[in-house]
Amino acid sequence: MSTNRAHPQKPSLAVRLFVVTREVAARPSGAIGLLLITLHLLVALASPWLVPYDFKAISAVLILAPPDSTHWFGTDQLGRDVLTRTLLGGREAILVTLVATPIAVAWGGFVGIYLGLAGGRLDATLMRVVDAFLALPWILKMLLLIVTFGTGIGVLIPTLAVFYGIPVIRIARAAAHNVVARDYVIAARARGHGRLSIIAREIFPNVLDALMVEGAMRWSWMLLAFSSLSFLGFGVSPPTPDWGLMIADARTFLPIAPWAGLYPIAALSSLIIGINLAADALAKALGVDRAYKAPI
Amino acid sequence: MLGVITVALVSLIIFSAVEVLPGDACTALLQQDAQGQRLINCRAQLGLERPAYVRYASWAWGAIQGDLGMSAHGHARISDLVADRVKNSLLLGVSALALGLPLAFVMGILAALRRDRILDLVLSSLAISAMTIPEFVSATILILVFSGWLGWLPGIILASADTPAVDFFPGIILPVVVLAMVMTAHILRTVRSSVIEVLDSDYVRMATLKGVPYRRLVLRHVLPNALLPAINVVALTVAWLLGGVVVVETVFNYPGLGRLMISAISDRDLALVQAIALIVAGVYVVVNLTADLLTLVANPRLRTTMVKRS
Repeated sequence: MSTNRAHPQKPSLAVRLFVVTREVAARPSGAIGLLLITLHLLVALASPWLVPYDFKAISAVLILAPPDSTHWFGTDQLGRDVLTRTLLGGREAILVTLVATPIAVAWGGFVGIYLGLAGGRLDATLMRVVDAFLALPWILKMLLLIVTFGTGIGVLIPTLAVFYGIPVIRIARAAAHNVVARDYVIAARARGHGRLSIIAREIFPNVLDALMVEGAMRWSWMLLAFSSLSFLGFGVSPPTPDWGLMIADARTFLPIAPWAGLYPIAALSSLIIGINLAADALAKALGVDRAYKAPI
Repeated sequence: MLGVITVALVSLIIFSAVEVLPGDACTALLQQDAQGQRLINCRAQLGLERPAYVRYASWAWGAIQGDLGMSAHGHARISDLVADRVKNSLLLGVSALALGLPLAFVMGILAALRRDRILDLVLSSLAISAMTIPEFVSATILILVFSGWLGWLPGIILASADTPAVDFFPGIILPVVVLAMVMTAHILRTVRSSVIEVLDSDYVRMATLKGVPYRRLVLRHVLPNALLPAINVVALTVAWLLGGVVVVETVFNYPGLGRLMISAISDRDLALVQAIALIVAGVYVVVNLTADLLTLVANPRLRTTMVKRS
């Protein structure tokens, strides 16, 4: 690690990611986390060819039928196969959050580093705006946009990417503040490098660790936000299978037909716990203080 | 002072956001009748034809005096509409705090003192699951177990917004438990890591070497220094609890600020949305400010550094 910091531009991003993944997998919690994530990603990719039934196929005779040899996970309130819908139910959520997370971390990270380096009036003003945004609950901001522009992927990805990048600004700025006064940054300034060059060559490699941990955390929070929106009826629109929506639908029948709700609950929980275990192991492996925050 | 600026900025952001979104109070009020002379009359009546900055000024001036305007749908004063909801959210939040705060501190300190032993591992993994599993999932499971299977507690609340606080019992127990679980997990983790940090510090090692008894070491040397950083996390949690916990309130049908927010947004009652946003942001700012002041009072060293920085 220490040699890494002395020559910040040496290892490429891909090599770094590989090394970091190996370090995460070396810890028991990290290994479990990575295993759960990989499993979910594989299922999400392969499920259209795996599922035994059509996810839209409703049946009047099979309403809330308990699990048996033909429907392993039972059927839901419309007689749809729960196994099919559970296997497919994470695709939308994983797709949206996997696209939105890197965008959020990238733009939030860039703005944060830039402000940390530039300082001055621009920094002070923009940080006030960031504070103001963070004072508003996430769900209010998201719902205002969703109610106006609809709930498709085309709305959810940019909305999540924009709003979840704002807290990243703070993290990246704080991480950059630890670096801007170091000798190598001052040397680069003295050599006459521009701000963008200093960010790319001197600061970015040194805040990458913090940004990776932040990215892992953002992913899990985004997934939480996405499924909460679905649960509230503002996310994926039926009949597309989605865990949040399935849990919301199954809630009323839970005492008489727990299978319709418990399988999507298990699927969603295992993915989110997996991401958090991996994020925890990542933070420990990189020596980054995991940000302890209230769930805002 | 910074807090005032933040609230002012929030009001500007939320006002311009609502301004940019298509539709206004009159299209929401008249719905399909919103065309021609009716729309013009309505806009004239509500003063919507004035330029945006004039409307912002009059709205902000009203808000300062406690007048949040009229709701578009209920034809009611927003301050009356919101008052009951704020009271209910307060009841829910304070109950969750009363249950969760002591638990969080006791378990966090215990986990830190027994670091890496069984108790710590159990508490830490419980905390991770409690803070990562979505609230609607834990709420659904609790309802299934305690209401569906055991039949001990009601699963949803049927009381309306203006019922007195006592009548929410026993329906309020499950939502309080769900919220307390989430906040306990967050605060527990902060307390644990902060206590561990102090335990590893030079002055604690020094005290141990001097032969200070363990009890005295923990109570006098470790805890006062370790619990201070927890104030800020507690503040964020309090702000989250009082700002309307939308998901939990929806699951349990609890008539708090969060559910009012959802219905205001779905109904496009923009005046109400603005008012709620302002209240929630105000709470956030006040709570965080209080935490900063408390930290300053409790830690004299920070006072000088703060002065130096500013």
